[in-house]
Amino acid sequence: MKRVTRELARVSGWELFLIALVVGAIIAGSATSEFFLTETNFRVGVSDFMEIAIMALAMTLIIVAREIDLSVASVFGLASVVLGLLVDGGAPMGVALAAALLTGAVAGAFNGALIVKVGLPSIVVTIGTLAMLRGLGFGLFGTKSVSEFPVWFTDIGIGAVPGTQVPWSFVVFGVLFAIFAVVLHRTYFGRQIYAIGLNAQTARFTGIKVDQIRMALFVVSGLLAAVAAIVYTARVSSVRADNGTGLELQVIAAVLLGGVSIFGGRGSLLGVLLALILVAVLRNVFSLQDIGSEVQDIVIGSLMISAVVLPETLARVRRRLSRHELAGPEPSVETP
Amino acid sequence: MSTEALARPRAGELLQRLGSLREFNLLAIYALLVLSVGAFVGEFLTFGNFREILVSAAILTIVVIGQTPVILTRNIDISVGSVVGITAFVCGDFISNNPTTPTVLVVLMGCAIGLGLGAVNGLLVTVANVPAIMATLGTLYVYRGVDSLIASGKQVSSSTVPSSYASLATSRVAGIPVMVLIAVAIGLVVGLFLRYRRSGRQLYAIGSNPDAAASAGIHSRRLVFATLCFSGLMAGLGGVLWSAQFATVTSDAATGLELQVVAAAVVGGVNVFGGAGTVFGAMLGSLVLATISNALALTRVSQLWLQAIAGAALLLAVTADHVAGRRTLARALNRRREQR
Repeated sequence: MKRVTRELARVSGWELFLIALVVGAIIAGSATSEFFLTETNFRVGVSDFMEIAIMALAMTLIIVAREIDLSVASVFGLASVVLGLLVDGGAPMGVALAAALLTGAVAGAFNGALIVKVGLPSIVVTIGTLAMLRGLGFGLFGTKSVSEFPVWFTDIGIGAVPGTQVPWSFVVFGVLFAIFAVVLHRTYFGRQIYAIGLNAQTARFTGIKVDQIRMALFVVSGLLAAVAAIVYTARVSSVRADNGTGLELQVIAAVLLGGVSIFGGRGSLLGVLLALILVAVLRNVFSLQDIGSEVQDIVIGSLMISAVVLPETLARVRRRLSRHELAGPEPSVETP
Repeated sequence: MSTEALARPRAGELLQRLGSLREFNLLAIYALLVLSVGAFVGEFLTFGNFREILVSAAILTIVVIGQTPVILTRNIDISVGSVVGITAFVCGDFISNNPTTPTVLVVLMGCAIGLGLGAVNGLLVTVANVPAIMATLGTLYVYRGVDSLIASGKQVSSSTVPSSYASLATSRVAGIPVMVLIAVAIGLVVGLFLRYRRSGRQLYAIGSNPDAAASAGIHSRRLVFATLCFSGLMAGLGGVLWSAQFATVTSDAATGLELQVVAAAVVGGVNVFGGAGTVFGAMLGSLVLATISNALALTRVSQLWLQAIAGAALLLAVTADHVAGRRTLARALNRRREQR
């Protein structure tokens, strides 16, 4: 019990605010639609969002390390193209899946090599691979679409764990989330990622293998983009070369909304998880009310900006109050 | 300082100094690109085709000119794609409904919209202290959302846009398209400003070391606010030209343009972490991108491969520039050591 309260005390103001928003959105959802709190809606709402959620895990680690990966959606596209080509060519499903995962890892390693070996900034490299890998997908696949997949594969894509309404993709996400949370918050490796994000040079001087860790993060990011592509393909049972176009900004938006600092070194996977839940719930509530995606975009864009503005305004107000009272030490400024 | 250093540089030195400019490396790569494509494709090295390339680069160039000062201060404006989109729709829609409006007024309207949206970005970054990449990523969504709300599924069709307005994109002065003249004129003014005016130099100082710039008494906030306003203004102008050039405008016009803009600046040698780069380089960067896609179209490489090759070319250009830059730096350091 003591441990639980200690853990709770570590939850930051922004995370509490996100929890409040999630609760508010759920109340609003159930008040406005009878369909909202049904199991079917839960299944549909959750599985619609799993691709973004899976890619956000690796993106969190990358942004904490003060890097960025703009190419995830293109890796996602390329991995699904490889999957589609092999299935279309009659390859066994196992081989096709392995090849898709390998594609993701290789694409990630390519990013990593340009960043680590050549020394280019990750934002530049991944803008380049964003175009290049998407183009590669188009070049290899053309404008056709492949939608003949084994039944067991698409069954997993739309089905749920027997006896429940929990989609299989959510199980995949849950396992990955647990692994990433433990690695980032409970291991030496995770602490090294924060150290790199706070000051890469200092990290290097203290003996942290900065280049190897950066490389590993980009390979993992590519790999998760491929996992997301497989999950997506199983759900919609269709491969097109433009699968997932533009998802990169949605993934980054979710991570930043979760309170991860764009300047590295700060943020938690709990915050990102809450942000993912919030965005998923909001999108679901809006679409149940037939409110179009344009309003959803406006709300999510504004929320992202308030992820910075609100905590800072609160800190400013608190500082002013404490100055009036002339008591107690200056509270530290919170920057998510 | 010795009198020797004050003497006019000799031709050899001048050439050496020219060679150490990052833009010169890019210009050399560009010449190589043009000549090698020209050797294989007959219709590539013609005046008409070059004009085609310049026209296709014009809007991108104008938006990149706006982006450059922002990046110099170690900030970024991701929202430009949506700003171009929203002004393109609003202006195209307006001229379709009021065909008698003078074109100048519509251009001014587009610029004003862009300036206003840029000012919102500026306030978020300088007053609310939101990191520019987050603020403008947020407004990228918000502005696009507002654009879709305004459009609500409609589109501006080319049949309703008066020809006098569309001529903004097609008319020429002395054989040179007006859009290209506009881009070059703005580039010249901004380039000279950044090179010679005090506030222009201060932008470099802010980007090189924000803390040192603040200590030196530079009004960083005011200047960063101004660069974001200017970026919005240029995106607004780009939007007007977009509606004139394509005439058919939907609410998703110019989606993804922001990444092309950043790519062009980066290819042109503008450091994404601020403090280094020129407008001339950035303009050259957008010309390189336009030339690559033109060359691919002419060589009849399937359009499907276009994006892949453009992306690979971007990476190649940046890598070459980076490696060459490191070598020039090493050479400069050696020279200094020898002089001691």
